[in-house]
Amino acid sequence: MSENMADKTYLSPEQRSEEKRKLNAPMRILLDGVLFENPALRLILGTCPLLAITISAKSSFFMGLAVIFVLVGSEFIISLLKNMIPPKVRIPAFITIIAAFVTIVEFVISAYLPALNDSLSIYIQLIVVNCVVLARAEAFASKRPAHFAALDGFSMGVGFMLALVLIGSIREIVGAGTIFDIGIPIFGKTIFGEVIEPIAFFTSSPGGFFVYGLLICLSQVVMRQIEKNRKHKTNALNQPITSGSGCSSCGACPMADLKAESGVK
Amino acid sequence: MIILFSAILVENFVLNKFLGICAFLGVSKSIKPAMSMSAAVIIVMLVSTAITWPIQYYILVPLKIEFLQTMVFILIIAALVQMIEMVIRKISPALYKALGIYLPLITTNCAVLGATILNITADYSFAESMVNSLGAGIGFGLALFLFSGVRSRLEKTDVPDTLKGLPITLIAASLVAVSFGGFAGIIENLFK
Repeated sequence: MSENMADKTYLSPEQRSEEKRKLNAPMRILLDGVLFENPALRLILGTCPLLAITISAKSSFFMGLAVIFVLVGSEFIISLLKNMIPPKVRIPAFITIIAAFVTIVEFVISAYLPALNDSLSIYIQLIVVNCVVLARAEAFASKRPAHFAALDGFSMGVGFMLALVLIGSIREIVGAGTIFDIGIPIFGKTIFGEVIEPIAFFTSSPGGFFVYGLLICLSQVVMRQIEKNRKHKTNALNQPITSGSGCSSCGACPMADLKAESGVK
Repeated sequence: MIILFSAILVENFVLNKFLGICAFLGVSKSIKPAMSMSAAVIIVMLVSTAITWPIQYYILVPLKIEFLQTMVFILIIAALVQMIEMVIRKISPALYKALGIYLPLITTNCAVLGATILNITADYSFAESMVNSLGAGIGFGLALFLFSGVRSRLEKTDVPDTLKGLPITLIAASLVAVSFGGFAGIIENLFK
C-alpha cells in the first residue's frame, strides 16, 4: 500500500530506502522520537515555545501534553487524508488541520485549567506554527499509514515533552529554587558561610537560551559517544543514526545550514 | 510612543518573548540577509495586522466565532505572504530578488502570528495595533542586526569542538538578550 501513496515529487532515493527500513518497526519509531531524533535536542525544531514556556517544570509539562495531543491528532488525520490532498496545496491544508487541533486544545485548557491559560497564553495558539508539527506532517504523516503516523506523533511528542520538562526543571531548580512548585531545601540555607540564593538569571529569558545551548551541546556529546560505541561493536550497523526523515525534508526551515555546521540533522 | 518603544526594546519579540527564533538563528549569519529578512517581516506584520484586526472585530466577534481565530489568522497570513510575494515580484523585481527565499519562510515565523494574536489579547485599538506591530517588526530587525554582528565575530573565533554551531550561537544569543534586559526600566522613566 505504501508504494503508491508515497508521493514521488518530494522524496529522494535515500529517503525512500530509509522509509522501507523503518516502515514496519514501531519500536524504532518510538525510539527515534524520544532519543535519536528528539525533536528538541537533535532536530532542533520548535525552539520558540521551547524557550518561552520552560520557565517552570509545570508549564513545560502541560505544554508538552498539548503538543503530544496536537501531534498525534494532526498526524493521524493528515495521514488518512494524504491521498486526497493535492501536493500543491498540502502546506495550507496541513496547517488548517493542525489549527483545528490547536483550537481543541485551547478550549480544553481554558475550560479546565484557566490558571494555566494565563501562563501559556499565546504559546498554545502558536503551536500552529510550531515547526515540530509541520515538519512531522510533511516528513512522516504525508507518506506513512495512519497508525504509524499516530505512533510517530506520540513518540515525537513525548520526546519534545521530555526535553521541555528537562529544560523547565533545570531553569526552575536553579532559577527559582523549586521544582513543580515544591521548594528545594538547599536554597536559603547557609553553607560555608554563604547563603545559597536561587539564580534569577535562569528564569529570565537569557537563561533560556543559555540552558538550551548547553543541553544541545550535551546531547551531541552523548550521541557521538553512542555512535562510536556502535561502530566498535559491528560494522554492519554503521549507518548514521540520524538520517533523512527529519528537518532537511521540510523546506520551510531556515536553520538548515546552521544545523549542518554543528552536525545536527 | 510608549507602545512603539517598549515593543522595540523592552518587549523585544525575539529576545524577550522568543518569537521567531528559527528565523533569528537561521538568517543572522551575515548582515545583508538579516536586513532583507527583517524588512520582509516588518512588511508582512504590518499588512497582516491591518487585515486581521478588522476581521477579528467586524467578522469574528459579531458572528461569535472568535474560537476560529487561530485558524483564520494563520490562513490569512499564509495567503498574504503569497500575495505580497506576487506583488513585490511584479512591482520591484530587484526587491524580490533581495527578499527572495525569505518571504515564504515568514508564514511559519511565529512572530507574525504572535503579533496579530497579541494585538487582540492586549485589547489594542486599530492604531495601537499597527504601532505595536511596527515596533515588533523593528525590534525583530534590531535584534537580528545586532546578533548578526555578533555572529560574524563568532565565525572567526576558535570555539571548542562540542560547542561549535548551534550551542555557541545560543549562548551568544543569551548574552545579547542580557544586554536587552538593561532597557527594562527605561521606557517608563522616559515618558512619565
